[in-house]
Amino acid sequence: MAFDVIASTFQQKAIAKTPWRKTVEVGLIGFGLMIYFNIVGLTGQFMERWIIESMATLAHTIFLGIAIGAGALAAHRNETLSPGARLVHAALAGLIAGAGLAILVEVLNNFNVRFMFVAMSPKLLAFLSFGVNAELASLALLAGGVVLGAFGGMLYSVPGIVRKPLVVGLASVWFVGLFAELILLASQFEVMEDIRNFFFTWEGQRLEGAIVVFCVAVGLSAFWTARGESIMTNYRGKGARQQKGIRYSLWLLAGVLFILFPMAAGSFFGQVLMLVGLYALMGMGLNIEIGLAGLLDMGFVAFFATGAYTIALFTVPESDVACVTPPCDYLIKIIDRPLTWFEALPLAMLASLVMGVLFGIPVLKVRGDYLAVATLGLGEIIRVVAVSDMAAPMLGGSQGLLSIPRPVLFDFEFSDPIHLFYLTLVSTIVAAYFAWALENSRLGRAWMAIREDEDVGQALGVNLVDVKLLAYGLGAVFAGLAGAIFAAMLASIYPHSFQLLISINILALIIVGGIGSLPGVIVGSAMLIGTPELLREFGEFRFLAYGIVLVIMMRVLPLGLWPSSVRKRELQTLEEAERLLKDRGAEGQKA
Amino acid sequence: MIDIERIKHLTYVDVTLWLMRAVVVLLVLAGTLGTIMKGRYLIEQWVDMLVFGLTMGGIYALVALGYTMVYGILRLINFAHGDIFMTGAYTAYFVAGPLGKAGFLEEHLLVGMVLITVTAMAVCTAFALLVERLCYRPFRHVRTLAPLICAIGASFVLQHSFRGMYGSTVRAYPDVTLFESQVDILGFNFLFIQLLVIAAAMVSMYALYLIVHKTKMGTAMRAVSEDRDASALMGIDVNKVIIFTFILGGSMAGIGGVMYAFVFKQVYFFMGFFPGIKAFSAAVLGGIGNVPGAMLGGFFLGVVESVGPALFLDGLGIVAPYQLRDLIAFTMLVMVLIFRPQGILGERLARARA
Repeated sequence: MAFDVIASTFQQKAIAKTPWRKTVEVGLIGFGLMIYFNIVGLTGQFMERWIIESMATLAHTIFLGIAIGAGALAAHRNETLSPGARLVHAALAGLIAGAGLAILVEVLNNFNVRFMFVAMSPKLLAFLSFGVNAELASLALLAGGVVLGAFGGMLYSVPGIVRKPLVVGLASVWFVGLFAELILLASQFEVMEDIRNFFFTWEGQRLEGAIVVFCVAVGLSAFWTARGESIMTNYRGKGARQQKGIRYSLWLLAGVLFILFPMAAGSFFGQVLMLVGLYALMGMGLNIEIGLAGLLDMGFVAFFATGAYTIALFTVPESDVACVTPPCDYLIKIIDRPLTWFEALPLAMLASLVMGVLFGIPVLKVRGDYLAVATLGLGEIIRVVAVSDMAAPMLGGSQGLLSIPRPVLFDFEFSDPIHLFYLTLVSTIVAAYFAWALENSRLGRAWMAIREDEDVGQALGVNLVDVKLLAYGLGAVFAGLAGAIFAAMLASIYPHSFQLLISINILALIIVGGIGSLPGVIVGSAMLIGTPELLREFGEFRFLAYGIVLVIMMRVLPLGLWPSSVRKRELQTLEEAERLLKDRGAEGQKA
Repeated sequence: MIDIERIKHLTYVDVTLWLMRAVVVLLVLAGTLGTIMKGRYLIEQWVDMLVFGLTMGGIYALVALGYTMVYGILRLINFAHGDIFMTGAYTAYFVAGPLGKAGFLEEHLLVGMVLITVTAMAVCTAFALLVERLCYRPFRHVRTLAPLICAIGASFVLQHSFRGMYGSTVRAYPDVTLFESQVDILGFNFLFIQLLVIAAAMVSMYALYLIVHKTKMGTAMRAVSEDRDASALMGIDVNKVIIFTFILGGSMAGIGGVMYAFVFKQVYFFMGFFPGIKAFSAAVLGGIGNVPGAMLGGFFLGVVESVGPALFLDGLGIVAPYQLRDLIAFTMLVMVLIFRPQGILGERLARARA
């Protein structure tokens, strides 16, 4: 059938590769990764960071990881071979990966390439060659590659009951080491001092601590590997009501722990979680536009800015810049004082709503990728105007607006990041409720109808104009709320805070979370906003990691971390259809 | 006669759009009139602005071609293309810098420029292919936003890999006496480099036009962008065509990058981002997926951006009109999209894609 032919022309032609070729390919990936890590300067950054104090730095662990991974992958690609042959292949892959480092050592030792690659310093050479001479070091690196590759291959071959706990144990030690400083920061209580000092110093994780972490993780993981199945069976055997009870109590426990966490852990975590909350708020807004209504918006930051600027204009006391603006002026004539933050909040949300609708009107008829560009342009227009001298008498120009008062509620001032975190948390919960209610309303269904097919939606009686404008407007309200809190957090706003990058970040987080899914927004925000904030010590390399995570996430989970149930079902149907198609294609070829 | 029925059916959206159109036209007219009445600019200055606009336009157009060809074939916004443009220009610095220092560039300018440009083209092509392999190929059959996000991720990775590799400092391309010299044409003085860029952009685009329209591979490209399934059935190796497209787009970006570097004299890791967005706008302006459209859109955007602030805004008495250069560019983009969603040269994709 014609349809089958079309489908099959697009299947990647599976060229039969010999085992050796597969292994060499895997090895070359490892080789490339080794060189890449060094050449972009990640090693330079990572070699000063202990995972286990005075034993292994982050850079070491990454090299170990690459070599072991190459071995395991080579074994995996050649799983049809006998265990012995697999081991040889794994060792070869490890050797090639190790050769990456060995070649680097040789190059560094003989040439000066620093005018081009700034990271290729003598310090790097010293690190890579462990202080011994270069020839010996390269041999050692090659040998190390072989051993680690073989170890990886062995790891792949041993039964799951051994492998899983081992991997989990190593990974736990690594993560605890990576976040050692943060764990220390979060546990500054008197009672914990001894425990703390046993596990960590300010330099990193101690060896004793690492061993304990490893043992505990191995134990737990082994227990779960052995007994997990029966526990789950036990859980499934219970009645629906009991299951629900267990689930809800677990969620409640997690919620309470989460709420108490910043109070115990300190203001740094409050700040990070608050940012996560702000982005989750904006994500929910954008999710209405993209996830529900299918309107690709890359100028979302405009609404965020509207919220922040509205708050600033109405609350800044008698400031020379702010109060020449008409709205502020009239209001001050009526009520004779600048508003408080809470009084200005509804105005900020209203302003965002209006901005959303105004933003939506011109692009109503623009579709698909054109819409992305049009909204990107609109967002940039708003930023350019905010920065310019033209609007400076109103919006303060590039210097922004200063001295925004903190929110005050019944004489309680939200001044600390932790207070503001709770404000964000409450707003996020309320907003999430509204987002959920909207999704399941008549309007929400209308949005989904036009997302799937505008023309059919219209034919079924959906008023395209109203529904689309509502999507822009209501989506913008969420961003306006986030902007209002953002203004209170910084106590001043600058147009440079409202870059295109924010729109891109929000778009990325809702897609990584799983488009159209509310929990996905929060998961995505925690992953893409929270994690980079926690890893601030790595400076600009966070953005590199951010990019890599985006690429990998999309390739591994194109539907996101927590896809909405509708999308999941759609995909399952699609996969089934594809499988059927494939089966029929195979039959056709046989016949 | 006025059609009463049509007026009755106007909705508030139509009215708003008409008002917007009227306001923009009025502002443009008032600004232009004001500027001309004021007569603050000499004719030489206008010509300078125009030529600078064409120079920028040529660069935008070269980059826009990469966006538009990939979009035509894969229906995908190659968000990392701006950064691919950066990779070539930044890497070619390590050829241009030493050549300039050794004085080679002054003596054998042609050879030097060829070396620099070929390096940039090769690097851009290599990275374009790498991005295609790692970020776009796995998504060829997927119709979600995943490839867009993947492309955004690739853009971050390219920027920050290059920042880590070559450092975050701004590097300066060497000065070449000939490029800085003034050329006298019809009584106007022009910078040699600007004329060179315009000419080189035109020549490369003409070459590209010939490739797309006269060669077998170009015919295959057009066939694939028309209908991928049908062209596969006709025996076209779609994979090869896609790779060829990325090679073409990458080399055009490479040429554009070297020109940009010689006009602005500086390269750094973030240099691709805004030109990328502008070039993408140019591609959309001309009608995305349409090769002559991208060329036209690029020149158009460059000229409006360069002449616009003085012509439209100065007359309105706006302070510091040059800060609003991007405002003009993007307003024009949005206006074009609103009133002619298929772009200047049009393409039926606008509806088909939705």
